Amino acid sequence: MSADPDPAATGAPPSGEPLLTVEDLKVSFATEEGVVQAVEAVSFELAPGEILAVVGESGSGKSVTAMTLMGLTRSPNADFEGTAHYKGTELVHASEDQLRRVRGAEIAMIFQDPMTSLNPVHKIGRQIVEQIQEHEALPDQQARERAVELLDRVGIPRARERIDNYPFEFSGGMRQRVMIALALSCNPSVLIADEPTTALDVTIQAQILQRMRELRDETGAAIILVTHDLGVVADIADRIAVMYSGRIVEQGTLDEIFYDPQHPYTWGLLGSIARVDRPRPERLPAIAGLPPSLADRPQGCHFRPRCPHEFGKCSEVPPLEARLDGAPAHLDRCWLTPDEKRERREVRPGEIGLEAKSEAGAA
Amino acid sequence: MSETENQTENQTASQEDDANGCLVDVEHLKVFFPIKEGFIVDREVARVHAVNDVTFKIDEGETVGLVGESGCGKTTMSRAIMRLIDATDGTLRFRGQDITKAGRKKMEPLRRQMQMVFQDPFASLNPRKRVVQIIGQPLRLHGTPRNKVEGRVRELLDQVGLAPEHLNRYPHEFSGGQRQRIGVARALALEPKLIVLDEPVSALDVSVQAQIINLLDDLQEEFKLTYLFVAHDLSVVRHVSDRIAVMYLGKLMEVSPSEELYTKPIHPYTFALLSAIPIPDPNENRERQRIVVSGEPPNPIDPPSGCVFHPRCPRATDVCREVEPPLARYPNGHLAACHHPMNVTAEEIRAATKDDTSPFSCGDELPAPSEGNGAGPATTSPASTPPS
Repeated sequence: MSADPDPAATGAPPSGEPLLTVEDLKVSFATEEGVVQAVEAVSFELAPGEILAVVGESGSGKSVTAMTLMGLTRSPNADFEGTAHYKGTELVHASEDQLRRVRGAEIAMIFQDPMTSLNPVHKIGRQIVEQIQEHEALPDQQARERAVELLDRVGIPRARERIDNYPFEFSGGMRQRVMIALALSCNPSVLIADEPTTALDVTIQAQILQRMRELRDETGAAIILVTHDLGVVADIADRIAVMYSGRIVEQGTLDEIFYDPQHPYTWGLLGSIARVDRPRPERLPAIAGLPPSLADRPQGCHFRPRCPHEFGKCSEVPPLEARLDGAPAHLDRCWLTPDEKRERREVRPGEIGLEAKSEAGAA
Repeated sequence: MSETENQTENQTASQEDDANGCLVDVEHLKVFFPIKEGFIVDREVARVHAVNDVTFKIDEGETVGLVGESGCGKTTMSRAIMRLIDATDGTLRFRGQDITKAGRKKMEPLRRQMQMVFQDPFASLNPRKRVVQIIGQPLRLHGTPRNKVEGRVRELLDQVGLAPEHLNRYPHEFSGGQRQRIGVARALALEPKLIVLDEPVSALDVSVQAQIINLLDDLQEEFKLTYLFVAHDLSVVRHVSDRIAVMYLGKLMEVSPSEELYTKPIHPYTFALLSAIPIPDPNENRERQRIVVSGEPPNPIDPPSGCVFHPRCPRATDVCREVEPPLARYPNGHLAACHHPMNVTAEEIRAATKDDTSPFSCGDELPAPSEGNGAGPATTSPASTPPS
């Protein structure tokens, strides 16, 4: 289910050919403490115009997955397996030359920290023009015009004057807009946003999210949004992939994940958020324990040591598959049967899980 | 007592009841940072109005949440209370004792009663020191005999949910949540009365945030602590605070009992802040009315005239541009500095009085009930117009 019918035809709901297909992606890094498997068998598809949220805690592999698609995790100690197909180009093993043609022009990225991701010694106009001319043979004047248009489109007032400012002359929210303008400069069809609003204040976050939604509707670009904030996800995403310790543990549409979550980790995530719209509970339910260290993971299901519903079978790795009738795209990695899950996820206040239905109607 | 000399110049009536119940008393506090320019001789060319005439109290045993966007002065405020920054003007009292200008000697015994937990658990622990040294440092500084330190540190580790074998580890061996526990243990070491928590959970993952908040809750109960909880995240603040103060550009916008702030925000800024927070529930999110305030907080070097929020406020009128609104007192000790309050009935507006914690520079006019802006539940907000 998509959020609401898009007025513009360009913001097509996810359908047809996927734009990006990631299959069985594995990323590991050799470190002094042994091989660290940062991403383990991640597969997902991204449709044109779709906003896919990748949710997880730090160390879950969400950023590594996103950066690998851009070829940004390549280093002598990194090892890759699996494939990521984008319009006929395989990204994981592509040559630097191939990547350079895709990167920025076809797939663009917005980074978390707007304070450090712009070059401080160049005017922002020059940084945008440079990116445009890298991919298109445009004369200076035209490239500059395009840059002004872009800045205007992301909501920077007096774009024609501000284009000759340095990054330090902008506030955090404005810098993040510049980053978005930069990312949009070559009309990419995929935008990867890694925690784009985490460093910003809520009022600015609301503005940026609204802008991203509008841009998706205007340009039809697909967005991969990497975040830990489920509020942001509920606000903007069409589909969600929940990652835990290097694996996708659950994947489905926005409503499926929020209203019919299948994996105990997802229950815990949804249950442990301090909600601004609910009165204060006696205690916040918290998932006990810590995420496992990447170098020393439990056998089988990675969530097993923290899961209150663990049983014998959990020492085998559960496959990521559809377990519900009538929801072929709602995948999860948990051995419990759907009935067991329905029964166990609703708990008393203070425990890990979802609020029992009887209380939910009160609001 | 030596402090009586300092107190003679303060004629405020509230002095007596400071001793009973009130832990921190801030009166008309101002913290300005000078901006200097010039060659050889620095001249002051401007001032950053970080905290601009703020008055409030923290009672013993309560948790006060101090919220606002970055740059609103909340951190400066908390540091001024800790006496890490000197106030430019105003009075600061701790348990009835004037400490606005207290020197090192006078502060030392008080320091052990006020401790701080910092935002970034990665930067606030010395990477070259072991846990026992980090937590033991305040103990040693305040004269705990060497042979008693380790035992006390063990006790503290246990209280914050860490194991005794963590004693000899270095900070890098811990996760963010565990490090924050070390920071909390360090703050607890001297059995303080007041702990100032500066964004204690904003650097942590959600599931770990809940653990730390629960820990802080338990400790407060066990040791009868008073918290000043500084944060920008209103959802977290809701879950810990008894009272909440909302700051914007160095001024108090609203002070309210915690639950009431969320169900009945009076100041449009508070309303905007609340409505900017996305709710982790897709359906409710779609149905909700929101004000997206446009623009950004203005420059605190040259704050706007009148109400500092007026350039971004959807309800602003001429009076907002000219007259700074006083903090009006509504039922339940709910204070708000706004000419056009929301979610209050005409009667409540008529009954409102100018609170004596209002800034000196504000006008005397209280909001008028006749403008049709008052009554109505929280959902009937002014048109939720998206920014153009």
